[in-house]
Amino acid sequence: MEKKTPLYETHVKYGGKMVPFGGFILPVQYETGIKKEHMAVRTAAGLFDVSHMGEILVSGPDSLKYLNYVLTNDFTDMEDWQARYSPMCNENGGTVDDLIVYKRGDNDYFVVVNAANTEKDYNWMCSHVPEGCDVKLVNDSDNWCQLALQGPKSPEILAKIAAPESIPEVYYTAIFNGKVGDIDCVVSRTGYTGEDGFEIYSAAENAPALWEMILKAGEEFGILPCGLGARDTLRMEAAMPLYGNDMDDTVSPKTAGLGFAVKMDKDDFIGKDALVADQPLARRRVGIKVTGRGIVREHCDVYRDGEVIGHTTSGTFLPYLGGSYAMAIVDSSKREIGAPVQVDVRGRMVDAEQVKLPFYKRSK
Amino acid sequence: MIDPKELKYSKSHEWVRYDGDDVVIGISDYAQESLGDLVFVNLPEVDDELTVGEALGDVESVKAVSDIISPVSGKVTEINEALLDSPEMINEDPYDAWFVKVTDVQETEDLLSADEYDEFVKEEEA
Repeated sequence: MEKKTPLYETHVKYGGKMVPFGGFILPVQYETGIKKEHMAVRTAAGLFDVSHMGEILVSGPDSLKYLNYVLTNDFTDMEDWQARYSPMCNENGGTVDDLIVYKRGDNDYFVVVNAANTEKDYNWMCSHVPEGCDVKLVNDSDNWCQLALQGPKSPEILAKIAAPESIPEVYYTAIFNGKVGDIDCVVSRTGYTGEDGFEIYSAAENAPALWEMILKAGEEFGILPCGLGARDTLRMEAAMPLYGNDMDDTVSPKTAGLGFAVKMDKDDFIGKDALVADQPLARRRVGIKVTGRGIVREHCDVYRDGEVIGHTTSGTFLPYLGGSYAMAIVDSSKREIGAPVQVDVRGRMVDAEQVKLPFYKRSK
Repeated sequence: MIDPKELKYSKSHEWVRYDGDDVVIGISDYAQESLGDLVFVNLPEVDDELTVGEALGDVESVKAVSDIISPVSGKVTEINEALLDSPEMINEDPYDAWFVKVTDVQETEDLLSADEYDEFVKEEEA
């Protein structure tokens, strides 16, 4: 039985085409359509309901030690109100989830996880507290809503409804005592689109008021409400991984191109031994750009010189770049930027080439 | 959009226009709306034989691929190449954006009139 976010009625009111996703019912698009919503985020602004994401609270005197053990990144030198992205590995080096850790204060962390994995992550985290580790974990997801305001006009829009002290200036920082209008919010300078923007957290019941306030403020700039379809094409253009596609419990974060968030030189963490053993990497992520005719999606075999070298993990038509692109995991020995490949799309071989990631990077 | 009265419709949401003994095939307004922004079209080649009830090609939206089911058996005489470069034409004007022209029409599946099709769509949506 799928759950509704606090914005369900709002989405229906705005003409959202509702679909099940990650245990929730959310709009895949509005009447504007995925292309227009995608382009709005690249050129002006878009507003997303991401309330389905999970929030887990980590507190207690051993919080830091615990996070460094259960996650791959190193959280030792974090400032208050700073955010850090990290994969979470199992003992085989596969990925349980990818998530963002916010430091609210010493021994007080706010962890945001993927919607589909909230239960799984919470259970995993609870069952992997080391002996003698004094830490408290709370699954707080039901109490929070989250809206994402993304696009180059986001700062101007937010400035109309929030004071400067509520607006984080630096990427991957948040203001925990912010206010948008007169609503208490956590305002984070993060996002899943490759554009400048904010993810705004608040008590679940504030969602509709926040939504209307942001849309109204953004109207003059051309803001559009955006659904999951555009969220997927935007994150793909920016080569941001989608758990379940680009990595899962059989794929290590390093294979998935997330090595920057895996700190091999810290003390033992879950999966470290397996990751050490997988050096050099047997398989690696690469970008695929279609040069022939066709749209490449996930689970397609990739061929180089007539032999299968890997498979695609995500793929679609990217509206801003105007072409078909995919992310793939291939044998490291056959991975070569610029090398031509062929992708089996439902029985038809489509010409493509290996390219660097990301496909798109916003101009500063 | 009103489904044109002079066309016939299939339950898989294709439309058919008779041009003498030949037919012209496209997809309905309900189809293009359900699919969303179309970004790619696969058409058959001229002289290909089509079989009623089987896919003659497919359309891709950002999110998914959908087969176009041929409502007739026959031979393709013309394909609308403009759709290959600009699939968005199908979204913009589904009754103008024809896919193929077919001759030697042998079998035709039971097609619906515009009114019957509108009823059918209403039931689908319920």
